[in-house]
Amino acid sequence: MTDILSYGFIQNALWAGVLASIACGIIGTLVVVNRIVFISGGIAHTAYGGIGMAFFLGISPLLGAGIFAVVAAVIMALITLKDKNRSDTVIGVMWACGMAFGIILADLTPGYGVDLMSYLFGSILAVPDSDLVYMGVLDIFIIGYVLFYFRQIHAVSFDMEYATSMGVRSGLIYTVLLVMSALAVVLLIRVVGLILVIAMLTIPPYIAEKKVCSLKGMMILSSILSLVFTIAGLYCAYVFNLTSGASIIAVSSVCFFVFILYEKLKEKLRS
Amino acid sequence: MVSSDYAIQVRNLTVSYGPKPALLDVSFMIQKGELVGIIGPNGAGKSTLMKAMLGFVKRDIGDVLVFGKPVEQCRGAIAYVPQRGTVDWDFPVTVADVAMMGRYGHLKWWYNPSKKDTEIVDRCLEMVRMSDFKKRQIGQLSGGQQQRVFMARALAQGAQILLLDEPFAGVDAATESAILDVLAEAKKAGITLVVVHHDLATASEYFDKLLLVKQRLYAAGPPSLVFRQELLSEVYEGRLKVFTDLLKG
Repeated sequence: MTDILSYGFIQNALWAGVLASIACGIIGTLVVVNRIVFISGGIAHTAYGGIGMAFFLGISPLLGAGIFAVVAAVIMALITLKDKNRSDTVIGVMWACGMAFGIILADLTPGYGVDLMSYLFGSILAVPDSDLVYMGVLDIFIIGYVLFYFRQIHAVSFDMEYATSMGVRSGLIYTVLLVMSALAVVLLIRVVGLILVIAMLTIPPYIAEKKVCSLKGMMILSSILSLVFTIAGLYCAYVFNLTSGASIIAVSSVCFFVFILYEKLKEKLRS
Repeated sequence: MVSSDYAIQVRNLTVSYGPKPALLDVSFMIQKGELVGIIGPNGAGKSTLMKAMLGFVKRDIGDVLVFGKPVEQCRGAIAYVPQRGTVDWDFPVTVADVAMMGRYGHLKWWYNPSKKDTEIVDRCLEMVRMSDFKKRQIGQLSGGQQQRVFMARALAQGAQILLLDEPFAGVDAATESAILDVLAEAKKAGITLVVVHHDLATASEYFDKLLLVKQRLYAAGPPSLVFRQELLSEVYEGRLKVFTDLLKG
């Protein structure tokens, strides 16, 4: 174990895991309780268009993904607030368009030879120091937002109509929440990739929700679970020579199904 | 006339969701401290009227004034008890936390709820007879108990107007009695109460004043004035017999 930790890239991977877990725990909790998992998936996949654009323009892929994800989040927030009934269709269209746009721009990039797959499935073992700083800043931003607006977020997440009647600007809080989800998605691209983002945002909060009875508690437990899954997944990837992102999700998924089985058995024994 | 003697003034209100208006040229005034029921058949626009009074829906034309000011400037002056179906019951929150949400408008962003806030919440839970369930997760309660917690949250807000959307729908007898007690106590404290209600059989017993709505406002006044056969037959159409029996009864 000490051998593994002596590698610089493993240390960076662990730091990336810690920073991503904090974001996953906080934003994942809000994604789950607000039932915006599909929207988060839409944002994640639309962000792929930003990565393609970044390659085409020669800018940082995370910056490209960030711009696309934030713009997608604002558009999706406006659509869902205005017309809930057909919002899923528009989100599905944006999801597909974003990916297609990214691939086309990557195709058009002269001398393109970057591994686009690393953004689909993550490459936590190749996180540079500069990305760690970027992730740290985003984490501070997310924590600050949640701390500063916790009561408004709490009220809007539980009952948007009531929160609005009290004078909370629910539409704005909801839109910023989606923008935060977009930023979390960008954070997670490095760790598990776009395809697997949804699992990281949903599995830890789902398990946490069954064990605690407060939003804050759910955020903290989700962050801890995310970190445990990330470290365990990384270890499995190292030992069995697997893709790190897929390995992290495999560990999370196994824990998820074991947890469900445990809950069902407990329920059965009780009755 | 714009006067703050009235808790709520609705003037020439028209609201449309599509080509057909949900509410057409509705005008009425509610005095401070009145207990008012909004009645009408399904799809008559009762909930839309309530949402317009809260400033939630876009008005085609018309005004809604709260204590003489446009409703958009009075957020927080009205406490709202929504229908139960709008909430996620798996949400990780206890009964006490839900009731405390009513105090959020009074709390500074960084401070925890004060002793006074906790006392207010405890008193409101006591009023709706839910003190014994404070630590319970909201989804573990019955429908009626959840409704009572929503009432406690609205009471904790300390507003002078309380709007309740179908609070008696599908609740047990204990909840119905608890809600009626709360309404009586709130009225005694001078709070203005507006309640969307579907049951004509109890409407005259529960409320001082009724608004009979079906797209338009057909009548407004004490139950004896609103419960007239020709009015009810026009509003409720084919179900006249039931109401004829009701009027006789």
